[in-house]
Amino acid sequence: MLIPHPLLGLRDSQEFTYLGDASLMNRPDPAGPSAEAEFCDYVFLRDNPAGVHRELWFHEQGDRSWLVVTRNTLTHEILGAELARNLPARGAE
Amino acid sequence: MKFSGIKVLKEALTGHKGWKPLWRTPDPKPAYDIIIVGGGGHGLATAYHLAATFGITNIAVLEKGWLGSGNIGRNTTIIRSNYLLPGNQPFYEFSMKLWESQEQDLNFNSMVSQRSIINLAHSDAQRDAYRRRGNAMHLSGADAELLSREQLREMVPFLNFDNARFPIKAGLLQRRAGTARHDGVAWGYARAADMRGVDLIQNCEVTGFDITDGRVTGVQTTRGAIKAGKVGVAVAGSSSRVMAMAGMRLPIESHVLQAFVSEGLKPLIPGVITFGAGHFYVSQSDKGGLVFGGDIDGYNSYAQRGNLPVVEDVAEGGMALMPMIGRARLLRSWGGIMDMSMDGSPIIDRTPLDGLYLNAGWCYGGFKATPASGYCFAHLLATDTPHETATAYRLDRFHRGYVIDEKGVGAQPNLH
Repeated sequence: MLIPHPLLGLRDSQEFTYLGDASLMNRPDPAGPSAEAEFCDYVFLRDNPAGVHRELWFHEQGDRSWLVVTRNTLTHEILGAELARNLPARGAE
Repeated sequence: MKFSGIKVLKEALTGHKGWKPLWRTPDPKPAYDIIIVGGGGHGLATAYHLAATFGITNIAVLEKGWLGSGNIGRNTTIIRSNYLLPGNQPFYEFSMKLWESQEQDLNFNSMVSQRSIINLAHSDAQRDAYRRRGNAMHLSGADAELLSREQLREMVPFLNFDNARFPIKAGLLQRRAGTARHDGVAWGYARAADMRGVDLIQNCEVTGFDITDGRVTGVQTTRGAIKAGKVGVAVAGSSSRVMAMAGMRLPIESHVLQAFVSEGLKPLIPGVITFGAGHFYVSQSDKGGLVFGGDIDGYNSYAQRGNLPVVEDVAEGGMALMPMIGRARLLRSWGGIMDMSMDGSPIIDRTPLDGLYLNAGWCYGGFKATPASGYCFAHLLATDTPHETATAYRLDRFHRGYVIDEKGVGAQPNLH
């Protein structure tokens, strides 16, 4: 798979490490009233869709930026990539 | 139709005209006591044990494709019970015992071959870890032997013992482990369940659950609505998709795992050899092909095929461990979709919805678990209590803090 890095162009996915669903950017409020339950869901539960999936890839052997890659999990087709730091911390949307 | 040596002889002399299909092709009835969603190894084993062990025969198994079209036909056929943690090891040893009597129980040749497994160790620390694991295996009644480098040289002289990065220091041997004919396992359970009156319904995809007042009362399918007293879901690989229809999110990601087989070679590799440090394991099938694999690709996937970097990684591991296979040609490679759970261990449990039960999260270890998974899921469906070897496989263990993390890597599915 080639990932279209917004700054570096097409890069081999082997240069990246994979974290998971981009909604992990959307961390619950640790001071909130139901923080414990929300953090359990945040850590353990996933939508795991068959189809379009927004997910976090780290360019470990490149510029060490985090990307939000949009990819189809049924075909491995990559539909786009953005720098995670340019996105508001609500990556699930 | 019972299989026996006499029957084979009689058919050989009469032109093989008396063989019949192994199971019926029934239409779905309007209602069943229990519906199993998923006609793979675990679903079929569950149906068999519900009928044979717990005496419940008004059952249907619903399969969206053909029986055994998922991971039961896509794995590398290894059976073993060499786990460490108390939540896991008794379950897998129970499974190993069921493998040992399976062919007699099912009256079907599933080619269970106890040809042993060796896990290789490359450091003093890893040898200590394997000694501990071997002792844990003994505690559950399983067999385990720690082999020295010299013993290994005698058993498997063709390994590269002096690899600069991963020299072979020791090995953990389980003699009762081995392989089985994976499709045969599915067919054997299917036939044995069908003989006891279970309806195996193929090309019947579940498209929704009927839920009334927090209770599942039936399923919607591509062949119409079917009512059920209880519904058991055993669709590993697609668990998240199916359970989403019941409004549930699971502690699971779906990942692709690749496997490979070489051209047929003369007998070469005595049992199963795993080289965990190099992401490679191998056995040899009865046809002579080297059956091998490595790690999952590492990203969410439902594609049933992987990418080239992992092919390269597995081939490198193979060459590092046994350079002699470098001349063997690769015949096929394929991929299967794993339910990668958040702690690397499975789930056999009730769900928050009454009447809905879940068997999921088998990661890349579902095949060896097939008999015990079927037995324990049937136990749960029949009695509403977990089997004594499966009490740790609760769905809510993540939220309660009772994860069963063999590798100790945390809630990161692609590292399990």
